[in-house]
Amino acid sequence: MAEIQEKIAKLFPQATFEQGDVLRICIPDAQWHDLASALRHDPDLNYDYMITIAGMDWRTSLGCVYFLQSTTRGNDVISVKVETTDRENPMLHSVADLWAVATLYEREVYDFFGIIFINNPDMRRLFLNIDWVGYPLRKDYDQDPALNPITTESERQSDFTQTWVEGPDGKVEKKEVRIFQPEEFVVNIGPQHPSTHGVLRFRTAVDGEIIKKIDVYMGYIHRGVEKLCEDLTYQQTLHYMDRLDYFSAHNYHHGLCRLIERAAGIQITRRAEVIRVMMDELSRIASHCLFMGTFCMDLGATSMLFYTLRVREMILDIMEKTCGARMTFNYDCIGGVMQDLAPDFQKDVKALLAVIPANIKEYNKVFVGNVIAKERMVGVGYLSKEDAIDYAVTGPSGRASGWSCDIRKIRPYSIYPELDFEEVLMAEGDAMARFKVRLREIEESAKILAQLVDNIPEGEYCVKVPKMLKLPVGHWWEMVEGCRGVFGLYLESDGTAKPYRLKIAPPCLPLAGVVDHITEGMKIADLITIGGSLDYIIPDMDR
Amino acid sequence: MEVTTKSMPYDAWKDNEYIENLVKELQESGTNVIVGSFDKLINWGRSNSIWPLTFATSCCGIEFVSLGAARFDMARFGWEVARSSPRQADFMMVAGTIVNRMVPVFRRLYDQLAEPKYVIACGSCAISGGPFNKSYHVAKGIEDIVPVDVFVPGCPPRPEAMIYGIMQLSRKIKVERFFGGVNRQQKQEDFLKSHPVQDVDQG
Ligand code: SF4
Repeated sequence: MAEIQEKIAKLFPQATFEQGDVLRICIPDAQWHDLASALRHDPDLNYDYMITIAGMDWRTSLGCVYFLQSTTRGNDVISVKVETTDRENPMLHSVADLWAVATLYEREVYDFFGIIFINNPDMRRLFLNIDWVGYPLRKDYDQDPALNPITTESERQSDFTQTWVEGPDGKVEKKEVRIFQPEEFVVNIGPQHPSTHGVLRFRTAVDGEIIKKIDVYMGYIHRGVEKLCEDLTYQQTLHYMDRLDYFSAHNYHHGLCRLIERAAGIQITRRAEVIRVMMDELSRIASHCLFMGTFCMDLGATSMLFYTLRVREMILDIMEKTCGARMTFNYDCIGGVMQDLAPDFQKDVKALLAVIPANIKEYNKVFVGNVIAKERMVGVGYLSKEDAIDYAVTGPSGRASGWSCDIRKIRPYSIYPELDFEEVLMAEGDAMARFKVRLREIEESAKILAQLVDNIPEGEYCVKVPKMLKLPVGHWWEMVEGCRGVFGLYLESDGTAKPYRLKIAPPCLPLAGVVDHITEGMKIADLITIGGSLDYIIPDMDR
Repeated sequence: MEVTTKSMPYDAWKDNEYIENLVKELQESGTNVIVGSFDKLINWGRSNSIWPLTFATSCCGIEFVSLGAARFDMARFGWEVARSSPRQADFMMVAGTIVNRMVPVFRRLYDQLAEPKYVIACGSCAISGGPFNKSYHVAKGIEDIVPVDVFVPGCPPRPEAMIYGIMQLSRKIKVERFFGGVNRQQKQEDFLKSHPVQDVDQG
């Protein structure tokens, strides 16, 4: 880390540094693009994976915190803080030309904070409709429902997007750009469509059956979780983690608990760690089971759902006995877990482990070897490793392209370093690979469970934590592996009992962002295969 | 008169008082209470084959998927024919949060359902906005958008609760001629008149 700081300091004398859990570089906007370019392309730096952009409102100024990771140099993470100078007319330079995923992330920041990114080719709102008044995540946002009433009138549509371009003389000019040409044939798919896995909408330009371009519309389930969190105590914010990606409920809880515990200096017991990890892995199996069921259903193999949900129901039973719910468990809490394990827990987990191999064999027999399944999946929706990194496609989908991005391995947390399991990687990068990675991840998760089930240490399941938990002033960053990829959390605290800003970086947003790229030139029926194989959860991307 | 469905013992229902009151109220207001045998036959058929629209926005929808699978098996009751097109569905199980941007779409889906149509508000989000009630971008319950027939509380409701909810609906359908028929239709029309959709109803 020290060499990197030195190197950057030499290149950019204006930069200042702040040492936190990740190194933070502060840079004025004028040098930001140059710095970004160096971070991205300099072989000694090579921060090729942009994890997220956290828009910020510091009251005196607006700005962004960028989180970058280098996939070649030990996966270290740095952050860059850039502030705007003018609150009335906030502008920053875009880095969309350096990281493909930045286009989408910058749109999100524009939507929530109204910061305009100069040279971003597509500066539209992302989640809210085009006539929305105000920028909701600003601290002075007016929540008056009269400004943005609920209406049954269809929202206004536009075939244009806007962009702010900087000329050679440094003057910034606003331009209108067409998204679809007038002669293009555009088909609307969604938001109510059985195979979009929720309420996602694609406007698809097609030439016969061939997809030319897809414009993704999100926000049909944008629930404003980040804003809601700012009004709740730390303990209260936790329950929203159940409702983002509801399959990764335990994993997301785990992430936020870790973050808050680290910030507050709380040490949890080993028993709690083991329980958390076991719940995470059980969730992973349940999640991948449901993925297989719904994905096969999308392809027309309805009965597969019944086979896979059989295992999922077993897991839900285990969880229900311990957590008291089949979904939205609210189980991990600050200091440990809510309740102790149910008396039957070990017995039930063993029973589950006993049936998993037979089930996997059956899935392989019923579906994977099937000629039709092969025809529909092999070679469909190819994503290269470079593109996976560029578009920040993590999780099983990224690993199917050969990118080693499993946080449990590359930046191990909790008790994962002690466990013996493999990161499943494949090189094919197509829908079949994405399917197979998940199938094999079930085996790996089962392996982890087998190692832990007889080794749950005695002890307290939850340590004492003050009811009104206050964090010191500061900021923290945490990443965990959800069922669909890297789940990042950025917290800024102003010393009160409520978060000043909690930025949630979900894995599914980039997954939807890559759809346009990998469907180009494919058949429209393949869109269903590709969407299904990416396995995005809409409430997770919309938050 | 004991109104029940799916061989559910009458005493097992938790809210018989409500349905009895409705029947009484309607009898008093002079609505025709005699159900002809032909009506009975039709209602028996309709109440046993109500087809849902595949509509789910978030978490609650996953429990609806579980309902379709082998363990809870809604095929036992004739509800398993989930239709992807609103034109072919009888009722809409609103499973999940409805946010501002979704409202026009949701209302349009409802308008596209063929008559007679029903709505079940499933989960606290559909009922009141649930945990997101204070959000800037969430509808605080769907009751202001479409007329609702049955509410199923929970976050998410268990599949058993959903079964109970749909059974309630099928029970209502069974006696529709009693207090529905003209009357129910009328209520629905009044609602739609007082909640017009601008770009549709005004050309
Ligand atoms: S009621 Fe609860 S489970 Fe259902 S959609 Fe709302 S938050 Fe999710």
